[in-house]
Amino acid sequence: MRIERHPILNFDVKKKVFFTYNGKRVFGNEGDTIASALHALGVRKLSESIEKHRPRGFYCAIGNCASCNMIVNGKPNVRTCVTKLEEGMVVAEQHGKGVLYEKS
Amino acid sequence: MRKVDFVIIGGGPAGLSAAHKAAEAGLSSVVIERDDKVGGQLVKQTHMFFGSKKQYAKTRGIDIANILIGHCKAHDDLIEIMTNTTVTGLYDDYILTLLTDDVYHKIEAKAILVASGASEKFMLFENNDLPGIYGAGAVQTLMNVYGVLPGEEVVMVGSGNIGLIVSYQLLQAGVRVKMVIEAASQIGGYKVHASKIKRLGVDILTNHTVKRAIGDDTLQKVEIVEVDDQWNMIEGTEKIIECDALCISVGLSPLSTILGMLPVKMKYVGKLGGNVPVIDYHHETTMNNIFVAGDVCGVEEASSAIVEGSIAGLFIANRLGYKHPEYEKEMNDLTQQLENLRSGPFGVKTVEGLRELRGENDV
Amino acid sequence: MFEKTGVPSEKLVKSRFPNERYLNSFKAITECYEEIPCNPCETSCPFDAIEVGIDINTPPRVDFDLCTGCGICVYSCPGLAIINVMLEDDDAIFRIPYEFLPIPEVGMKVKGVNRFGEDICDGEILKVKEGKLQDKTIVLTLKIPKEYLYDFVTIRRLT
Repeated sequence: MRIERHPILNFDVKKKVFFTYNGKRVFGNEGDTIASALHALGVRKLSESIEKHRPRGFYCAIGNCASCNMIVNGKPNVRTCVTKLEEGMVVAEQHGKGVLYEKS
Repeated sequence: MRKVDFVIIGGGPAGLSAAHKAAEAGLSSVVIERDDKVGGQLVKQTHMFFGSKKQYAKTRGIDIANILIGHCKAHDDLIEIMTNTTVTGLYDDYILTLLTDDVYHKIEAKAILVASGASEKFMLFENNDLPGIYGAGAVQTLMNVYGVLPGEEVVMVGSGNIGLIVSYQLLQAGVRVKMVIEAASQIGGYKVHASKIKRLGVDILTNHTVKRAIGDDTLQKVEIVEVDDQWNMIEGTEKIIECDALCISVGLSPLSTILGMLPVKMKYVGKLGGNVPVIDYHHETTMNNIFVAGDVCGVEEASSAIVEGSIAGLFIANRLGYKHPEYEKEMNDLTQQLENLRSGPFGVKTVEGLRELRGENDV
Repeated sequence: MFEKTGVPSEKLVKSRFPNERYLNSFKAITECYEEIPCNPCETSCPFDAIEVGIDINTPPRVDFDLCTGCGICVYSCPGLAIINVMLEDDDAIFRIPYEFLPIPEVGMKVKGVNRFGEDICDGEILKVKEGKLQDKTIVLTLKIPKEYLYDFVTIRRLT
């Protein structure tokens, strides 16, 4: 859900930015963060709590609370509310603490 | 290692104002901002600000951000702004470690101003972690920066200025605000803001709080309940309200954790919003040449942050040998502005909090 | 009541209106009852008709002899708490600040709303003023029946 008209602000039509979310090809707008793009697509659950696997979305949207962490391009614990969306990004819901690197 | 005179942590209203005033006096500075743009929380404030002309009253927050950025750009020979940069370490030998994107570097300063702002408080209730429950500031960011709606039907918790203003902004964006609930027995914010949303059809329910949130993967309903004047829930008064977003606006606390890396004296002062550094009248902490300004030393309006930042900028420049040509006049004027902003009933909390912080209440 | 709902009492509302004999031309009604640090009404008034004073927390006072009803205060008040009103025959003509889309058009029939947010009467848009100085706060001029002089405050938003 995007704002189409606003009495104070101008939201011009922006370039589409395509990315992958949980294996699906979707798009957001240029200038979006990963979280704002997903929210506009109706995705609110971004991760799960580590122990009880409760759904988590963002709370603060300015990088304070870490409730929006997702796996981005294979890197876990990315604060999606302050990470700008880029063409071709691979974004996935995070379950658990995240693995920084695989053991060889 | 790079050595500079003055490092400012945080590019919000306080930080930018400090950089500007210091530059007017001839002192160069480096402003460190973790976001990709400066302006702090002003960038999402679509409403006109209160205060007086000197704090840009009747100008919308978004435009105030641009004015302050403009002031800094006019001194771009002296002010360097580093965006996308997070301070990862702050040492007692005045060395800061920074992370710009994924690049790690160090910088040494003669004076440091911490203007890191505040963060939103949270609230305890069942299922308070459900997606769809947002801080009021998050809703503003989503709506006013990215143009994305938080939901179709919102319940606002908290009737302070932020809760009231964000309710109005939600209406402007076309969202239905079902109600504002407030645990206290009176509206917390300015009555002009309250009247403004009431006449637009939004009821403010005082003596009400959230009992639990309901929903599977995302929020679907909230259960609200009446509370007595001691904030005890009154059994049998529960009501279920359908909504797809719950907006929490129950205050801010100073984002002062960064100061934990320095041996500065901290004190918990509830009236200032939480744990704050002990400071003198020039906003200097108990550590020489470590200063603070804005919400990090007591939660107030952005107008006060602008004035506090200006005071700190002037003072620090003077300390490092750059005296503003009209130092005394400017300082007197700024001090007067701050007093004026705090002299009404809404400033009492801050004035009392500052007294408590300075130990002036101790007998 | 006011402290709990945001709806000022009738007495409070009337305290900001001049004697009706002043209302043969527009006058500023400042619905600002609280001590808050704010003074753009005073500094924006070209006729020095609104006084706040050195302590910017003082609520504004209007000198109705000096007030020309120019309307600048309507879009200058950050709290959107100032309206202008005059009486003409059986109508009360209001100027109100408006910050919503769509913007009503001249001649449009609208619903008048009271301070509780309830529809109370019909009204007609007479003028729609937007200008650069107004910074996106539209000023609507509209007429409603005179009997709602002290009840009317805004219009029902258009959808």
